[in-house]
Amino acid sequence: MTIIEAFSWMNIRFLLDGLLVTVEVALLSIVFSFIIGAILGLLRYMKIPVFSKIIGAIVDLIRNLPLLLIIFFTYFALPQIGIRFDIFWSAVAALTIFESAMLSEIIRAGLNSVPSGQMEAGRSTGLSYLQTLWFILIPQAFKAMVPPIVSQLISLIKDTSLATIISLPELTHNARIIYGQNTTYVIPMFIALAFFYFIICYALSKVAKRFETKLA
Amino acid sequence: MLTILTTYPDVLIDGFINTLFSSVIALFFSLIIGTLMAILQLAKNKWISGLANAYVEFFKNIPLLIIVMFFYVVVPLYWFSINGFTAGTIGLTIYTSAFIAETVRAGIMGVPKGQTEAGLSTGLTQNETMRYIVLPQAFKIVIPPLGNQFINLVKNSSVLAMVTGLDLMYQGDLIASETFNTFDTYILIGLIYLIITLPLTYLMSYIERRLNVTS
Repeated sequence: MTIIEAFSWMNIRFLLDGLLVTVEVALLSIVFSFIIGAILGLLRYMKIPVFSKIIGAIVDLIRNLPLLLIIFFTYFALPQIGIRFDIFWSAVAALTIFESAMLSEIIRAGLNSVPSGQMEAGRSTGLSYLQTLWFILIPQAFKAMVPPIVSQLISLIKDTSLATIISLPELTHNARIIYGQNTTYVIPMFIALAFFYFIICYALSKVAKRFETKLA
Repeated sequence: MLTILTTYPDVLIDGFINTLFSSVIALFFSLIIGTLMAILQLAKNKWISGLANAYVEFFKNIPLLIIVMFFYVVVPLYWFSINGFTAGTIGLTIYTSAFIAETVRAGIMGVPKGQTEAGLSTGLTQNETMRYIVLPQAFKIVIPPLGNQFINLVKNSSVLAMVTGLDLMYQGDLIASETFNTFDTYILIGLIYLIITLPLTYLMSYIERRLNVTS
């Protein structure tokens, strides 16, 4: 049976190695892009003259580019101007650049969804601008932000598969290597790929839904 | 950058057209499939709604690349030969249809129930009520998110480059490997993508603002 041969212990371990790289890249990018996205989103919300506009323009440019192009760019183009990452950090950098732009947009929209009276009320009770932001606005905006942030995280996990083009040894890349050696393994490998990605992403969306109903 | 533009105008225009072509075809079919799936998801029959739900959840939660590679690698191996452009466009259609189904379903559920009841009580059948009363109102709700789906579609079409889909990204890759000037080439390709996506983004936020003002 080819199915049983395809899922030999060696192949499963190779796939799991790939899965580990996928998860590592995804987690690092999530942490970095969340921090950067939050800062950029806040800076845009604060409407600092000129500065916020410039950040807004850069964010708009980045989020309107295909992620694949950014991956190519960080790995193939940046070395030309002397910035060199290895494959792993190229993938993390590309995902972080793209996702932090997406997240900053979500965070800004979330903050904008809080009525402006809240800010005025906070300020008039004697809280400073930053205190009002932190204690009054962000907690309220958080509720509106959770669903889009989760779907962004899910697409980040799916997008790590694109890094296979720069030969990052992640899940998709390793599955391709296995079926490249034996074409009868093609269907089992596609089943495995769909299985792993689906389990992670579906579980994440379900957990988020439960969390949402708890918040509401 | 200008030399690339003047040396490879045909290749770039070709890629640009293929990217647009693939996106528009995928948008057209994913709108049809997505709307159909949204209606089926809301069907009373548990089997039908369950199957439609499974379709949407499955394709929403696996990477686009896997779907595209399935058509590019598995289909020719067991069924019939297929080129990269077709495989990529079919993959894009299926992937996007799952997201459109989700958007349209939310739109249909956003139309008050009284509208369906009113339609039914005037003597329209279930199908007629859906077609003439509910869907037109639902589409008004879903226009902004659908616009965003189209922008995503254009960006996602770059996946065609990974299956020799002859799109803009693929041609850019060829030019980069021929000229060794990766930096300028990718910036140029990025600018061409922005020509499509940026106006769409601003148009969508304009429409969104207009809709917010009227409602």
